Amino acid sequence: MELHILLIFMIFAAIVAIEVKDLLSSVIAVGAVGFALCLAFLILKAPDLAITQLVVEILCLIILIRATIKRDLPLVIEGRWVFNTVSTLVFIAVFLFFAWAALRELPNFQDPIMAVAKKYIAEGRMKTGAVNIVTAIILDFRAYDTLGEATVLFTSVIGIMAILRRPGRKKKEILR
Amino acid sequence: MIDNPKTGMTLIVKTITRLTIGLILLFGIYIIFHGHLSPGGGFAGGVIVALSFVHMMLAFGKDVAVTKISKNLASNLESIGALMFLSVALLGFLGGTFFMNVLAKGTPFRLFSAGTILLSNISIGIKVGVGLFAIFLALVVLERAKKEE
Repeated sequence: MELHILLIFMIFAAIVAIEVKDLLSSVIAVGAVGFALCLAFLILKAPDLAITQLVVEILCLIILIRATIKRDLPLVIEGRWVFNTVSTLVFIAVFLFFAWAALRELPNFQDPIMAVAKKYIAEGRMKTGAVNIVTAIILDFRAYDTLGEATVLFTSVIGIMAILRRPGRKKKEILR
Repeated sequence: MIDNPKTGMTLIVKTITRLTIGLILLFGIYIIFHGHLSPGGGFAGGVIVALSFVHMMLAFGKDVAVTKISKNLASNLESIGALMFLSVALLGFLGGTFFMNVLAKGTPFRLFSAGTILLSNISIGIKVGVGLFAIFLALVVLERAKKEE
């Protein structure tokens, strides 16, 4: 029951985030979605994910608010509205069709396919010695996935550092 | 530089920051080290460590934060964290396969148990904490550079 209230709240906040004109209000609405997602993780009994979601959401909000404060973008709506509307409607129809086809195949909510998970839960503590089963899975059974995630973060930091270097430094060195 | 009233936020914010920042950093380190015993782990603890430095930068201004961790030190530490995680992975070849848990398992519910998981958590914590702080630092430095032009 609480979960459904939270989900409805998240959908409402996401619509607000898209529709509102002010960029800062939009960022705050996105933050509301994130914190509601954190609460939803807690209700679904996943405290690891809830902690991570909470702290990452705080950091992202700080960065987004710093980036958008006092720098609003004007909203541009012009021309070709027939084509835009028709293409949007067609896209929504295609999306809904594929979503209907895919969601029919999913197992019921809270009733996942447990073949691999049962083995992890049964043998996790004995094989790894870690009491927290989540850590035992992400850093021992599925450590290769974690290595991939770490590589993604590492690459993104390298990319940001490379793009956001102090601009114009090369020109001055040439002039000297 | 720290007590300069012209940089950063007001005196109230600075005083509260001075009281809380150590506790936030300590909590992040606790979350990293107890990743195999309680909820949390390297990623969540690393983000909390990064948040403590972001907190310092917001309260005291950019210059104070850069004296604690410069951009070069941040990128060096991030590379060290990544290499450490990879070497933990390669350590598994002692036991036969990639990511094999070769160290002693120890008794459950103790801090020093679970073999290489603790090492992996520490390296991911270093990497994530310093990496996210480096992203924030780069964004702030870019904003300053644009204003100067």
